[in-house]
Amino acid sequence: MELCQLTIKQAQEGLAKKKFSSLELTQSCLNQIKKLDSKIKAFITVCEEKAIKQAKKADQLLAQEKGILKEKPLLGIPFSMKDVFLTKGLKTTVASRVLENFIPQYDATVVKRLKNAGGIILGKTNLDSFCHGSSTETSDFFTTRNPWNLERLPGGSSGGSAASIVADMTIGSVGTETAGSIRQPAAWCGCVGLKPTYGRVSRSGVIAMASSLDSPGPIVKTVEDAAIVLQVLAGKDELDATSSPTQVSHYFKDLKKSMKGIRIGVPKEYFLKETQRGINRNVKMALKVLERLRGKIREISLLDPHFAIAVYTILQRSEVSSNLARYDGIRYGNSRWAFNEENKKRIMLGAYALSAGYYEAYYLQAQKIRTLIVKGFEKVFKEIDVIVVPTSPSIALPVGSSQKDPMFGEVQDILVEPSSIAGLPGLNVLCGFVNGLPVGMQIIGPQFSEELILRVGYAYEQVTEWHKRKPEILRQIDNDKLGDK
Amino acid sequence: MLSLSEVKHVARLANLKLSEDEFEKFQKQLSDVVAYIEKLKQLKTKGVEPTSQVTGLENVFREDKVKSSMTQVEALSNTRETYKGFFKVKAIF
Repeated sequence: MELCQLTIKQAQEGLAKKKFSSLELTQSCLNQIKKLDSKIKAFITVCEEKAIKQAKKADQLLAQEKGILKEKPLLGIPFSMKDVFLTKGLKTTVASRVLENFIPQYDATVVKRLKNAGGIILGKTNLDSFCHGSSTETSDFFTTRNPWNLERLPGGSSGGSAASIVADMTIGSVGTETAGSIRQPAAWCGCVGLKPTYGRVSRSGVIAMASSLDSPGPIVKTVEDAAIVLQVLAGKDELDATSSPTQVSHYFKDLKKSMKGIRIGVPKEYFLKETQRGINRNVKMALKVLERLRGKIREISLLDPHFAIAVYTILQRSEVSSNLARYDGIRYGNSRWAFNEENKKRIMLGAYALSAGYYEAYYLQAQKIRTLIVKGFEKVFKEIDVIVVPTSPSIALPVGSSQKDPMFGEVQDILVEPSSIAGLPGLNVLCGFVNGLPVGMQIIGPQFSEELILRVGYAYEQVTEWHKRKPEILRQIDNDKLGDK
Repeated sequence: MLSLSEVKHVARLANLKLSEDEFEKFQKQLSDVVAYIEKLKQLKTKGVEPTSQVTGLENVFREDKVKSSMTQVEALSNTRETYKGFFKVKAIF
């Protein structure tokens, strides 16, 4: 087994017991990137030298200071970061020509927290340009490939992060979600993705898409890893006024507690007719597993998620048009000519929806329906604890799929939009395969219930084997290597 | 259906320069999206308050104290043109 295959938890234990060094761990990830990334294309930037320097520093600290891991739980552990987080002195492009040469002067709060916890940044991963998409196909640089099948998409917008995790090119990763951008690529690539409650993790230094929705969160190999990373990232930040002062829970204290008595709501409206064959069945089988773990399944009813597509399209594109107004090419970056077609379409629809005479019909109406969606969830959470539904209506689609539909992203994200609109946390967990491609289910809870949804996800993961499967490409490469010898 | 002049107006509002081909393409695609979002008119929202902040925060203040910030050199580090330590911009008149 190569070190790059380890989970964060395993890496922590190995480093603590001095089974290997951070340098060996980091080197193993960098080697995997060299072996695979020409095919998968998960990374926009790899910072090999800096990472190696950090790893050596981590090894020194590990050797010198006892108990340092309590203070710095991620010490010596490599991470890939979606290229939407500002990283001081390290190029940050948001996969757009607009910022192709942009070198941030400061770190995003997420980056700062990760570094303070001892994490090492291996590189910056690909995404849809300005997060405008659910495929990575709108990236101005290249499309990332799904490690399970290189002719398929990884999902998006955090597609590079999810692909880097599944291909074992990193130990951990952090992405962002506006509606779907963590959970959907995690579902398509077959890993764990946690979108926290809006405001649980700071947005400071995250290149904005839609400010009333954007939520950074972990993309990792196991549910336990998601708890470990969230513990580091969560908390009030004075640089983000919308970050929440609600006390941060202890995410792994009760992680292993039994699921007994947890009430699981299953809304029939989310098992769509148009969902690709096999997905609904896989999720229903997972619900049986949760029932065996003594969860209580209840049928519930929620607003038809098709309405959420329209609400999300208006809110997101309006906020996009406002946020992207700042790109004038004066203080940094290229000017507005550098936006791609998808960027321009989103800006224009937003500008239209906000313009005189239309504001009330569109943006205001969408915000009112947002209230209805929030209230609908509040009502069902009086009778149940969590909701379990499929994450995506399809398995990973073929490369090229996003180009046919001007609302590809919004339609693909139908099952994650309502919970994002309500600011709820959601956790994607792998729950099966259809045609050799991963299927994800999501566990949604009330605001600030990350502890609970992680517990449900953890219980499921312990009794299933899906997350242990590895894409064929990882084995092929090893065989090629043997063949060369 | 959005008219071509509406599309041109919106492009001007958003300060985007589009080619003739793009105008036509966007006219069709934006019209499709607008037709889709019309769906929302089906829902009754009389008396419903709009939501803009989902966790209910209001008026978040901080102490009005001066803190250290970026240096002038850092602040200018990503710009193409400077003039005596300032950002250089085109005349607006």
